[in-house]
Amino acid sequence: MTMNKEGRPTRPEVAAAGPAPTFTGNRALMLEEPLLFEIGDGETTGVDFDPASPAGDDRLGGLRRNRPIGLAGLSEPQTVRHYTRLSRQNYAIDLGLFPLGSCTMKHNPRLCERMARLPGFADIHPMQPVDTVQGALELIVELGRWLVTLTGMHSVAMSPKAGAHGELCGLLAIRAALEARGDARQVVLVPESAHGTNPATAAFVRYRVESIPANARGRVDLEALRSRLGPDVAAVMITNPNTCGLFEPDMVAISDLVHAAGGLVYCDGANFNAIVGRVRPGDLGIDAMHINLHKTFSTPHGGGGPGAGPVVFSEALTPFAPLPFVERQGDHYALVEEENAGEHHGSSFGRMVAFHGQMGMFSRALAYILSHGADGLRQVSGDAVLNANYVLRRLEDVLDAPFGASGPCMHEALFSDKGFAEGLSTLDLAKGLIDEGYHPMTMYFPLVVHGAMLVEPTETESKAALDEFIGALRSVVERAKAGDESLKAAPFHAPRRRLDETQAARKPVLVWKESPAAEAAE
Amino acid sequence: MRYLPLADADRSEMLRAVGAGSIEALFVDVPEAARLDGKIHDLPDHASEMAVERRLTALARKNLVAGDVPFFLGCGAYRHHIPASVDHLIQRGEFLTSYTPYQPEIAQGTLQALFEFQTQVARLYGCDVANASMYDGSTACWEAIGMARRITRRGKALLSSGLHPHYVSVARTMARFTGDRLETGAPELRPEPDTDALAERVDGETSCVVVQYPDILGRIGDLSALAERCHAAGALLVAVVTEPVALGLIRAPGEMGADIVVGEGQSIGVGLNFGGPYVGLFATRDKYVRQMPGRLAGETVDAEGKRGFVLTLSTREQHIRREKATSNICTNSGLCALAFSIHMTLLGEKGLRQLAEANHRRASEAAERLTGIAGVTLVNSSFFNEFTLRLPKEARPVVRAMAEGRVLGGVSLGRLYPGEASLANGLVVAVTETVTGEDIEALAAALEEALA
Repeated sequence: MTMNKEGRPTRPEVAAAGPAPTFTGNRALMLEEPLLFEIGDGETTGVDFDPASPAGDDRLGGLRRNRPIGLAGLSEPQTVRHYTRLSRQNYAIDLGLFPLGSCTMKHNPRLCERMARLPGFADIHPMQPVDTVQGALELIVELGRWLVTLTGMHSVAMSPKAGAHGELCGLLAIRAALEARGDARQVVLVPESAHGTNPATAAFVRYRVESIPANARGRVDLEALRSRLGPDVAAVMITNPNTCGLFEPDMVAISDLVHAAGGLVYCDGANFNAIVGRVRPGDLGIDAMHINLHKTFSTPHGGGGPGAGPVVFSEALTPFAPLPFVERQGDHYALVEEENAGEHHGSSFGRMVAFHGQMGMFSRALAYILSHGADGLRQVSGDAVLNANYVLRRLEDVLDAPFGASGPCMHEALFSDKGFAEGLSTLDLAKGLIDEGYHPMTMYFPLVVHGAMLVEPTETESKAALDEFIGALRSVVERAKAGDESLKAAPFHAPRRRLDETQAARKPVLVWKESPAAEAAE
Repeated sequence: MRYLPLADADRSEMLRAVGAGSIEALFVDVPEAARLDGKIHDLPDHASEMAVERRLTALARKNLVAGDVPFFLGCGAYRHHIPASVDHLIQRGEFLTSYTPYQPEIAQGTLQALFEFQTQVARLYGCDVANASMYDGSTACWEAIGMARRITRRGKALLSSGLHPHYVSVARTMARFTGDRLETGAPELRPEPDTDALAERVDGETSCVVVQYPDILGRIGDLSALAERCHAAGALLVAVVTEPVALGLIRAPGEMGADIVVGEGQSIGVGLNFGGPYVGLFATRDKYVRQMPGRLAGETVDAEGKRGFVLTLSTREQHIRREKATSNICTNSGLCALAFSIHMTLLGEKGLRQLAEANHRRASEAAERLTGIAGVTLVNSSFFNEFTLRLPKEARPVVRAMAEGRVLGGVSLGRLYPGEASLANGLVVAVTETVTGEDIEALAAALEEALA
């Protein structure tokens, strides 16, 4: 054994035994954290208040609370530690490649965070007199202008709060436009590969949803579409590039067919990242499309939101766009709301949200667009597509790529579970990838491919990062094909092993409750 | 390009590996006519951080910042002090740059935080269960109306005249397409909310009554009798809370019998942000949970028996049920829910009570001072931190005149209810803990001057 003068060992010894279980359940930097309600209490607070004004009689109308809420409080140091510990149980883009197909998990520039926090954007109230928020309205108009420019459309509605909300906005405008011409069409056609939000949205607006099949090349079956179109079809919802990661080469023909049959074309813009700066949906005959600012324009996903889903419209749908609306009138920016809509926006289908939309996402998205500029955005889509094709071609010798032979993919590469050993599934492969230090790809979507794996590397990954990911994925795929049963138990090295989702759904525990014993003791 | 790590040498090597001559060649499926080969019209080329910062800062400076002036606006968005640690924690990359927790083994941080958030919201609202957030209060409100329709299989909703007019407007938009019938009307400048009048109108076709608590004018009404009336008629009571801080001091709607409680959570942890992003809160009774919209985090165990959390009951949701889902919502307001939860953790039971008390006292002080102005009267018989003044003249120009003097003195009912002559003199004033005694004096002086 090597020691320094004080007798402290300076070289590791060969361990004679494995690790003993720890007293805390922690494993060094992997720290367990109890629930807030198990460590906090009703008397602790992390906030100090200035001395209150003297108490008078309350004006609460006799409704003063007569029992505690049951909240738990922590001091500031405890709070910071609680949430810092929790954060370390999450995977994130900041930690590594996040190849979740259809979700566009790219780097979130921190400049955008700084811009959104400027008090001139973050600390203004939506009902301030419009003269006091001219900069905010100008920002909304400028962002809207770039969205219209990039999509080649006619106008944009900025208020929808996320992609699905944007879909709703688009379908409401379509429904309003059809009603305005006295047309009571009842059917919306949705490709079977569509995002679940598409049929859910169409059903919400009380359309009957019918599915259109994909052809062998993973595209909309044009003949099937042609034969289904008719006087009852209000709209077709299409994702382009589609959820198989492929561009619909017949998009213009599809739009022409739908228009000729009297219907309208909605495009799910979730995959706009693949074509930004290179293809304008307006040139493809699309009538409405939402843009997920949290995908293409990289506002952070934040563990599930908030997003923003502005919708661009063709000229035909523009009159039906929702309120409110920001409009430039000479040197002044005005808000078109319920009261003044009648003047020149009387066909609007109405309001979708309180106030004016996701300002905090608008400032981030504008900072992103200006940072990249015309040349940078074109490079974004180019690199995103190059990275996806690189992944596709470097893996297709070990993984089945059902549409690989049909040519290049767009920004995501689709694989199936064909060739996996009996009993091993896409889920097992995904959990194996977790042990390799990656967030898995999108699994079991789109539904048109068995055991689908949809890999979207995005443009913010370096070649070295891709090579390492490809190496890891190849290794896990080879284990899946060789029938390595240990994959069924993966992950081994994550904060938790596989979780029992069946139990969670059968006996839902959705809020924390004191254990009966603890309650009895009180 | 600072955000794009590929070098030209990488691109060449990768193009060789994929067998393409150029990046353009990868877009072979795009018809020639639809390809944009030239420059994007008008959009300048990429810019440095400094240049972008300069441009956006110039825009930000054109706005009158709430924190720079005496500030009294509310009506669904409130300015509260947010502890510094909240913004610090939500900017940790593991929260900020993570996705919806579909892979629970590596998303326990988000899932546990959501489970805690759901518990906080359910308790605050006096309900059994809450979801993992909606977009905002207004969209949560119309989702509640839709949920009541599914539960009662009835299509008529009675909306209180005290419900935020934007919320009414959103519900009206949706109802036009979903076929719900809404009964609604503008409020009257009376001391009490319209709770009793609503109770009389509930009948066997009513799916739900939607009532805001405190209401748009700041009035607080007991919901117990209305809840009983609803239940007797087989209808649900939906309560909408736009100012969650109020519930630190007044009784929770769930305790008074509300079946669905929804609202805006912005007050806790989320800044004004000119209207978004905010965070919709949604809570209900256990028995209705399968009709709820939105994501739910639930407790379970892992393969080693350790407690863990997953997204659950997803057979309600669009990615599983498609056209049969309870809602089309996917992305919600996760990071704002986290901010809410962190701020609520810092407050705790005691802090929320103190915060609410501070708001109420400050508001009472302001009401006292402002009603001392000749011709200005208080409409409300009750309020929490927001009340309505009846001015001796139209309020909208008064608000504009005060703003010119750098006092943001409230929201005029003329802005909220254009064309309603009976409301034109109403001014809604919100007073939170951020308001100082000097601010109240500044408002009183500005109001006196504008009314002179």
